[in-house]
Amino acid sequence: MKLYYQDAVARLKGYWAERGCIIQEPYDLEVGAGTMAPETFLRVLGPRPYRVAYVQPSRRPADGRYGENPNRLYKHQQLQVILKPSPDDIMDQYLGSLRAIGIDLARHDIKFEEDNWESPTLGAWGIGWQVMLDGMEITQFTYFQQCGGIDLDLVPAELTYGLERLVAFLQNVDSVYDIEWAPGFTYRQVRFDDELQFSMYNFEMADVAMLWKLFELHEAEGHRLLKIGGPPLPAYDQVLKCSHLFNLLDSRGAISVTERVGVIGRVRRLAVGVAEIWNKLEQPQAGGEVAA
Amino acid sequence: MSLPFYLEVGSEEIPDWMIVPALNHLQDAFQSWLDANQIGGRVTRADATPRRLVLRAEGLRARQEDSTEILMGPPKSAGEGAARGFAKKNGTTVDQLQIEMTPKGEYWKFVHAVPGRNTADLLSEALPGLILGVPWPKTMYWTGKNGPRWIRPIRWLVALLGDEVVPFEIANVKSGGRERSQGHRLLGARGVIVSADERREKIEREIAALLESTGLRVKPDPDLLHTLVYITEYPTPILGMFEQQYLRLPREVLSTVMRHHQKYFSVENLATGELARNFIAVMNTDADPDGLVRQGNERVLRARFNDARFFWEVDQKKNLEDRLPDLAHVTFQAKVGSYLEKTHRVVALVKELGGNQDAQRAALLAKCDLTTEMVKEFTDLQGIVGGLYAREQGEPPEVWRAIYEHYKPLSMEDSIPSTPEGRIVALADKLDTLRECFRVGLVPSGSKDPFALRRAAQGVIRILVEGNIVLPFAETGELREFLLDRIRYYFREVRGFRYDEVNAVLASGIRDLPDVAARLEALRDVRPTEDFEPLAASFKRIANILRQAEFRDGGAVDAGLLEDGPERDLYADFNRVRETIGTSDYRPALEAIATLRPAVDRFFDKVLVNAPDERIRRNRLTLLCNLLTEFSAIADFSEIAPSNI
Repeated sequence: MKLYYQDAVARLKGYWAERGCIIQEPYDLEVGAGTMAPETFLRVLGPRPYRVAYVQPSRRPADGRYGENPNRLYKHQQLQVILKPSPDDIMDQYLGSLRAIGIDLARHDIKFEEDNWESPTLGAWGIGWQVMLDGMEITQFTYFQQCGGIDLDLVPAELTYGLERLVAFLQNVDSVYDIEWAPGFTYRQVRFDDELQFSMYNFEMADVAMLWKLFELHEAEGHRLLKIGGPPLPAYDQVLKCSHLFNLLDSRGAISVTERVGVIGRVRRLAVGVAEIWNKLEQPQAGGEVAA
Repeated sequence: MSLPFYLEVGSEEIPDWMIVPALNHLQDAFQSWLDANQIGGRVTRADATPRRLVLRAEGLRARQEDSTEILMGPPKSAGEGAARGFAKKNGTTVDQLQIEMTPKGEYWKFVHAVPGRNTADLLSEALPGLILGVPWPKTMYWTGKNGPRWIRPIRWLVALLGDEVVPFEIANVKSGGRERSQGHRLLGARGVIVSADERREKIEREIAALLESTGLRVKPDPDLLHTLVYITEYPTPILGMFEQQYLRLPREVLSTVMRHHQKYFSVENLATGELARNFIAVMNTDADPDGLVRQGNERVLRARFNDARFFWEVDQKKNLEDRLPDLAHVTFQAKVGSYLEKTHRVVALVKELGGNQDAQRAALLAKCDLTTEMVKEFTDLQGIVGGLYAREQGEPPEVWRAIYEHYKPLSMEDSIPSTPEGRIVALADKLDTLRECFRVGLVPSGSKDPFALRRAAQGVIRILVEGNIVLPFAETGELREFLLDRIRYYFREVRGFRYDEVNAVLASGIRDLPDVAARLEALRDVRPTEDFEPLAASFKRIANILRQAEFRDGGAVDAGLLEDGPERDLYADFNRVRETIGTSDYRPALEAIATLRPAVDRFFDKVLVNAPDERIRRNRLTLLCNLLTEFSAIADFSEIAPSNI
């Protein structure tokens, strides 16, 4: 039986819903990865358990290939699962999710290879693996340790499925564009135009002066909010805006190697400031439900 | 009665490269603990897979040996009250105490037998600390903030003394019997080969079977094999293939993609040594019945090769030379500056070292590949990619080969660049790195050497010596000392010269390194000859005499003041040998110097250096001084320590 792209996504969501996850919708700002959505970045902070799964379209302007490369995309889809705290049988649950989309593990090879995750922009890092299925990385598995420079009270497990790769594997196709998204529709029909048009814009057309200006405006707005102590969610939106603008500037070749570290540091300062406010509100003594 | 002990610590997948040191540590720590607690027994086996560390020990006592404890109390002179207090504190009575004579007088003491404790109890208390005490390069917590730290979450614990479970707990995991041990993730209990040696043998045996009578062989790669042994619990190799068209990409790129990104062995044609369109992947399961694993791996490799081809094509749109200005934005080192500045310095240095036009051209282009997509993706290929692109862009072989090889030698085992141009560029690049880092104070200390300056120094020395490049050794200050240290290391540890030979040659000064090597080789050759070491001993004596007399003035010997016999003979020999060695190579020169031995011996036998007549005394010291300075240019013989025969 053919498993269409949308079927695989639905099954994974169903699988994790059965295991107590809230099924969230994607965050509605540009982000580079599911980790950056507030459902992960902020929710992992503090002592309250949380379980959530969502698909997050992730924009990485520099990875654009004008729709020509069968595996690299400007925007790919991640299924992000956060289990906070991580259950003891998390690995078995994860393997169960692969069975749920029809992978007969007895006929395949699966390995967990060391791959620690770190985001200098978010002051976040964790310990984990890339999960290799028949030599292909299908999931990043991370035990979060720190976020926004803060040691986490509970250790969440983060599972990030690369959906295009996974479904290309399931459907046995070489190019993500050949994935059948739904009956009668390929990935190419659904997404090729985005890839081509945004590659053109990101690499050739985006106005560098305007991007810098926007970066500074969002940065200033973020700091203004931090100064008055929040609220953290709108302040975090400014972090995401800055991060995406940074990525655009980078794909335009507008950030030199020497500048790079400095600009990343500017975004991190904002992210750390937001995390501190959020974390404080989450701690029991704060008593408030502001962040709920 | 003696008991066997079994310990298994089960965890989620441990990074392959950390497993062996951790297992060794656990084994040693456990053995030390057994010894320190008088439990007896030895660890007989230590095994590990990515998911478990396993210790087996034999011959543990069920109970620790009884021991006697002596507690010293107050002096007898302190009175009955003090004695009672001491007895009470130790739960006994005064009549159980004894008196000990000490140099300070009589003291109460309490001698009592301490019964040995049950080994099981001791193990229960000690095992959590022993297990959590394994030092890992990077640890995590998983039960929550302030929870225990280990490399990955601990998921099961098996601890058996004889047939009994040793109870303890780490991070909410309670120890138990063998039923707690989890099997292979997919294959269950039958799928764990706990011995690394067996896993290695299985991989090697099955690869050999896969390639039998194909005319192919695996490109040997011990590091990759080690990795594969420690990322699998049940390794099974499979043979995969890729399309002919990808062989148009350079084999360096193909091999790097296969090895670093996919952990595949490259396969070569047995007859020609050329890369074949095959690869070996090692699964962590027992079989690939439907070929799905092979197909999956082939598809991934195809995608990787497509990426590499994409990078290659994109990179060709901009020649290396046109990338030169971009190097201004690539930092070599924050305090030192950019790669563009480095490039200009290296070009100048190549020129100064006598490098030809091709070498200068190579130096100019050598770092340009740092801005290519290929090197950004495959950093290990820096230099190699530059060389390949230079060839593609029509640079002559002298130029592209020099770029290709300019990071060589990458290790002790690696060869130096194969062409004169490559050697000069590699030399100038490393020398510049050393000089600039030392200039801004980035000096290696202890184990800290973030810029790999020791390797750079080793490269400089090997290129100079093995490439026979005559370059005056003119470094000064800290860098000179650093290089001298590496020079000593090289000649002693790598080339196997004895420490006194190295000291003797270096004490005579360093003109250039090939010269040092030539002098050392001559010295090593001549050393075993009969007269050499005794003569060296005499030279040491001469040096001592001159030092004691505080005589430094060389001057010329006044032949008229010489006494007939041994003194005049020695002078005649001195002149004879001096003339002989004037133009000869080091070895005949040293052989000629060794012929001085009988004359020197006779001189010391018959002639009194400290003659009463001051003029004669000074003339004799002058003769000895001439002897020492004239014949110490190859090696300072007074540094030679006598061999033990």
